[in-house]
Amino acid sequence: MAGLSALAVAGKRGFDALTDGGRAEGATERRPAARWAMVIDLRKCVNEGGCTDCIAACDRAHNVPHFDERAHDVKWIWREPFEKAFADHGSPYTEDAFKGASLPVLCNHCDNPPCVRVCPVKATWKRDDGIVMMDYHRCIGCRYCMAACPYGARSFNWLDPRPRVKELNPDFPTRTKGVVEMCNFCEERLAKGRAPACVEACGEQALVFGNLHDPGSEVRRLLRTRHAIRRKPELGTGPNVYYLV
Amino acid sequence: MSDRVLIVGGLVLFLALVTLPLWFNVAAGTTSKLPELTLPEGKDPFGTAEYMRASHMDLLMTWRDEVVRNQERTVVGLDGKTYAKSLTGTCLACHVNRATFCDRCHDYAAVKPTCWECHLEPRPVQRAAQ
Amino acid sequence: MVALEKALVGNRRYWTWIGALLVVIALGVLSYLRQLQFGLGITGLSRDVTWGLYIAQFTFLVGVAASAVVVVLPYYLHNYRAFGKITILGEFLAISAVTMCLLFIFVDMGQPGRVLNVLLYPTPDSIMFWDMVVLSGYLLLNAVIGGITLGAERKDVPPPRWILPVIILSIPWAVSIHTVTAFLYSGLPGRHLWLTALLAPRFLASAFASGPALLILLTMVVRRLARFDPGQEAIQKLSLIVTYTMIINVFFVLMEVFTVFYSQIPEPMSHFQFLFVGLDGHAPLVPWMWASMALAVISLVLLITPRYRANERLLAVACVMVFASLWIDKGMGLIVGGFVPSPLGHVTSYVPTLPEVSITLAIWAVGFLMLTVLYKMALAVREELA
Repeated sequence: MAGLSALAVAGKRGFDALTDGGRAEGATERRPAARWAMVIDLRKCVNEGGCTDCIAACDRAHNVPHFDERAHDVKWIWREPFEKAFADHGSPYTEDAFKGASLPVLCNHCDNPPCVRVCPVKATWKRDDGIVMMDYHRCIGCRYCMAACPYGARSFNWLDPRPRVKELNPDFPTRTKGVVEMCNFCEERLAKGRAPACVEACGEQALVFGNLHDPGSEVRRLLRTRHAIRRKPELGTGPNVYYLV
Repeated sequence: MSDRVLIVGGLVLFLALVTLPLWFNVAAGTTSKLPELTLPEGKDPFGTAEYMRASHMDLLMTWRDEVVRNQERTVVGLDGKTYAKSLTGTCLACHVNRATFCDRCHDYAAVKPTCWECHLEPRPVQRAAQ
Repeated sequence: MVALEKALVGNRRYWTWIGALLVVIALGVLSYLRQLQFGLGITGLSRDVTWGLYIAQFTFLVGVAASAVVVVLPYYLHNYRAFGKITILGEFLAISAVTMCLLFIFVDMGQPGRVLNVLLYPTPDSIMFWDMVVLSGYLLLNAVIGGITLGAERKDVPPPRWILPVIILSIPWAVSIHTVTAFLYSGLPGRHLWLTALLAPRFLASAFASGPALLILLTMVVRRLARFDPGQEAIQKLSLIVTYTMIINVFFVLMEVFTVFYSQIPEPMSHFQFLFVGLDGHAPLVPWMWASMALAVISLVLLITPRYRANERLLAVACVMVFASLWIDKGMGLIVGGFVPSPLGHVTSYVPTLPEVSITLAIWAVGFLMLTVLYKMALAVREELA
């Protein structure tokens, strides 16, 4: 009994340590490795109202530029129709179920990311906590990672993005032309103990974010109780964005 | 005879052109001024002015790699306080306006760092600029 | 450099040719400066089609570069004397082709000033890293081999013995550059046009068809302009190599078509549909792909028939057709086709823009300039000895 309760306390403390704020002690903060993941509840999100709260929040938080030409699109999180996001899951009767609604897609921060494998300069790499990170200073703009990503999650700055950012947020840099970018799971916010911008902004609380290594986390609870699918799992990439159908 | 005139004349012209940067300002009555920087109050918590002048690039590059690649986001300054390793958030919090600080020396030395292609100035400066 | 001064002596036709190449290069440099200023957005590339004309040229030209092995291997490993006069032309073609490859990669980069990061942060997991290594190594190998053998020839002495292992090394190295380039594509899990074990063999087959085809044409040009004849047997043997490798290449393409269309899996089929019949109203490459197929078939008719192959005029036509067919199929067809439809099923057209074409032409001009200079040197040395 005492052992179990000790475990529960340790578990909760571990959970708090992973998500708490106030990290200013000492010069290095090596947190125990989490495994960050996102669970998107399609029952709460698949709306026909055209809500883009998560997209707007991300764009604002990260100075994501807006280009008129679709060819030069830069997007970290956006909406795709079900049959495009899950081309292998569809059936002739899928339309009825989802009636042309779209769902958010973003970088899956895969367990076995092909983009990381192909980068010739390690400008993108996988962190201990699972986040696939981008170093804009090192990126040479070869776009090999974009070819490798099986989800189309990455964008390239074909032109200077600065003039095309709606409202500059000084808490986060912009990028420059010639580098690749994609969703970073709001790692800068996670470092301060905050949830990702999209998760915070969702009015329906359809986006849930948390630590897969913590069995008590909300994401684990959802994955235990609901049926979840991931995009193109047969490719062995191990995506960490789960969709509850 | 005319060959010698041409040769000597050509040499003199060449020497004059090649040493132009050395004598032009003196002749025109202008001398280059050292850059005037707007300095903030208080001491820099990361090093002396001499250290900064010589090594601020090293410091920034090290901070960059430590934050981006190692997630080591904070540093304890010489004053014992903890600061975030951030160009916009820490350096520019005191030095505020890059036009009256960073750019002054950079323009003088004809140095064009690429920081500003991505990194922004703090909000009060942006608002003032608008 | 060996006999470089020979390249500075020429008749009016020579200097007009050089002048025209320099004009094309200058225009391309201006376009590239514009690209540096504004970004790669001035090309026709897009979020869905992230590689296009530049990388298509690079992919095709790695094959041409690798094809030097077709003349080097028989001569140095099997003492096939007939290729004696032609090996230097093959090696110089390789140098010029690899240089073009490196230039095409360079102009495709978003941050070219950071290119040295590939050396500063070597990443053995990345095929692109290995591609840089093998391409640079191949350039160095061929430069050394070409320089040493030509230099020795000029002095009318046999080349030093140590060059032989270097030449032997260039043989597997040539195969490796094109295999590694194929690996760039064939290891990507999300790109079903490329995700085939057959891609590297296909690359090699098309390389050993297109490269020697170009070499045959260059030899005919050189024979016309300078009094240099590598011999009927060399040309005929090369044409036989082109014939067989082209047959193998067409066979490989048909194998791909069978697997894709008999299995009826939608995603792999969609890429072929985009290329050959169009998809969602987008069909920019359809006429090109059918032209490529037609050129391949006609060229094979000419090449397979011994009477036609022996006729040098028809052989020249066949070689042009082989080169053009493979340039389309392995260049724009393969690269753009791999990106459309996108992983999310979107169909985006890609059409190169004028600046993009200008830069491409300029790099081809650089390649031909190098080829001209190197060939002039080689031929002048031969002429001196004669």
